[in-house]
Formats: sequence, structure tokens, C-alpha cells
Amino acid sequence: MTRQIAHHLPDAMLRGYCAGTLPEAFDLVVASHISLCDECRARMHAFDAVGGALLDQADEAELSEDSLAATFRLIEGIDVEKAKAEETPPPATSGVLPAPLRSYVGGDLDAVSWKRVGGGVSQAILPVEGDASVRLLRIPGGVEVPDHSHSGSEMTLVLAGAFSDAAGRFGPGDVEMADDDVTHTPIAEPGEDCICLAATEAPLRFSGLLPRLAQKVMRI
Amino acid sequence: MISAEQTRPPAWIAEMKAIRDLRDQAAFASLFEYFAPRVKAYLIKSGSAPDMAEEVTQDVMATVWRKAEQFDPARASVSTWVYTIARNRRIDIVRRNRRPEPEDLPWGPEAEPAQDEELALQQDAERLSEALQALPEKQRVLVERAYFGELTHSQIAEETGLPLGTIKSRIRLALDRLRHEMREETG
Ligand SMILES: [Zn+2]
Repeated sequence: MTRQIAHHLPDAMLRGYCAGTLPEAFDLVVASHISLCDECRARMHAFDAVGGALLDQADEAELSEDSLAATFRLIEGIDVEKAKAEETPPPATSGVLPAPLRSYVGGDLDAVSWKRVGGGVSQAILPVEGDASVRLLRIPGGVEVPDHSHSGSEMTLVLAGAFSDAAGRFGPGDVEMADDDVTHTPIAEPGEDCICLAATEAPLRFSGLLPRLAQKVMRI
Repeated sequence: MISAEQTRPPAWIAEMKAIRDLRDQAAFASLFEYFAPRVKAYLIKSGSAPDMAEEVTQDVMATVWRKAEQFDPARASVSTWVYTIARNRRIDIVRRNRRPEPEDLPWGPEAEPAQDEELALQQDAERLSEALQALPEKQRVLVERAYFGELTHSQIAEETGLPLGTIKSRIRLALDRLRHEMREETG
């Protein structure tokens, strides 16, 4: 899919995605944008290549004595068909939602369970772990998004329609980064609904073992 | 000027092809000998306990064998490919959902890039490796800490000074070409 995209992923986000240090919510927005953008796909491969170069220069940890033999035993036990189904990247699809997002929603746009949040705006919070949240937003054309405060940086990807704010116009595929100190009041362009995917850094809240583990391992 | 360096075949491609086409266990053993200790070190640096790191390393290397046919030398060096498998496994261990991956590009196996494009990309990757090694120690350590999970994205400077532009434009070029070929085929 090639579109006219004016606003791309910031370097830090793309590098975080390739380094594997972003919370799941931001990973989802990055993967969704790359699905729509060749430019950032190429940048992703470059940042992945830095990871490869670092691996080349990494120290060598001592392996357990039967490491290779144990790996061959693993290989023998592999259910090839099952593994293939699990590890093939999602195929490109037609529709509004890119494939990585579709697997969180359980389908395309018609599968989203919207909840009204006032002012004609609807949202659907997607289930992710970690220290950030992500939701789909649907803003009717011409409507101003009510002053929404967020307590960390927020990354928004436009999937359909468009909105404008002090930073410019954002159409399908465009990404806007907003820091917590920025007050922005986006207005959806008249016409079709504006559908966005927005990841927000949430305040620290730990409710289970998994997020704590993730924080420990991934330092988010 | 063509030096011996430049004509050397790219690292590990022959072994990957032997694994892919012949299920060559000796080729896998030498790949394992090189990559497994590095993958394990990467996992430990990223916060894994050594026992866990050993187990995950074996799992990562088994995945290298299993996914050998998906390895595409026009998109990544073997080191980069192994790195992405190790990184994804590290993430999948702590999350219920698999790491969100971008959509696959819609081209068929018939649109395979030319050999010289593969070689060019592999050489770019090696040049990137050399550039990384040539960075001032302080900066190199910073990049390493960013990738090995010891720094968050906001803690490092935007510019690393690495020549990412070359490899990026090479991949961009390959993407454009493949897309063009596909358009001609589908009319
Ligand atoms: Zn982009």
C-alpha cells in the first residue's frame, strides 16, 4: 500500500520498536504505520540491521555443555505445520485496519466495539499489557475532540479521514507525536469519520505479575 | 578499487542456504557455534537469568533452523535476521500477545531480486557493522545499551551518527523495484 504520507514515525520510536524496548501499545501503532508506509519499512530494516551488527560484536556467553544437542532435539520435536501458522507474518489485507491491528480487534472496522465518550466521539480500548494504553478513536467529520489530557507522550496514527491541529494536517497513514505538555485540540475534517489509533503513556500502575515482569525485563 | 575485503562472500549466507536447501546439520553446527553464545549474551544483558537465557537461546536457534526458508538475503544479513528472532522471542516471553509485526509485503516468490542486489545489501550491512565498531567507545556503548534494553528510548540522543542512510535507500530501492515488477505482472 503506497499513500501520500507526510508525517512519519520519529527515529526514537522506530529504534525503540526495533530494539524491542517499547510498551506493547506503542509497538502496535508502529507496526500499523509500517504496514502503510514503505519509507518507514525501509527505516525499520536499517534499525534492525543495527541490532544485527551489535549481535556480531556481542560478548560470547558460555553455553551449557549439551546446548547444540539439546537444540537438535528441539528441532526434531517441532510440529512444522503448527510452527508455520504461528510465525508467518500477517498477510496484507484490503480494508481500513492494517493486519497487526486487525488481530487485536478480531476483524476489520465493523468488528470494533465502540463506546461513546461524549461529543459524538467513540472509542474502543484495545487489550495490551505494559505501561501504556492504546485505543481506537472515531471522530465524526467537523467535530472537535474535547480537551483530552494525557499524562505522558501520545502517538496517534490516522487510519481514515483526517484531522488538523496546531501541528498541521494529518491524513491516512500520518503519525502525530504529542508530549504531555502540549495542549492540542484536533478537529476532524468535514466529511467522513476520522478513525485514529492512539497510544498513550499511562501513569505507573501495576496490577499483576506480567506487567511487573515486563518492566523488569524491558525497563519500560 | 576492489580489495579482498570487498570480494569476500557475505557472512553465513552459504550456511543458511545449506540449512534451507539441504537441511545440512554441519552448516547449522557452525552457525550455532557463532551465534548461540552471542544470542545468550544478548538475552542475559537484556535481563534474563542465565538458565532462562540458555533455554531461550536453544529455542531461538531451533527457530533459525525451522524458518530457514523464510530468510531473505535481499532484506537482511544473517546476523540481523538472527537478532530479530532473538528479540521477538524475548518479547513473546513476557507478553501474552505476540509482538505486533507489520503486514507482509504483497509480492510473490517470482519477484525475486537479482543476486547483485542481495550482495549489495549484505555489503551495506557489513559496512554498518564496521561503522559501529569505529564509533567512539562512549557512543557505541550508548547504542548497545539502547538495543540491549538498558536504556529507554527517551534516554538516548536522536542521532547515533551511524550511516543508516545507505542501507535504508538500498532497501527502499529494492522495494520500489519489486513493486514495479509486481505492477507489470498483475497489469
Ligand atoms: Zn512512515
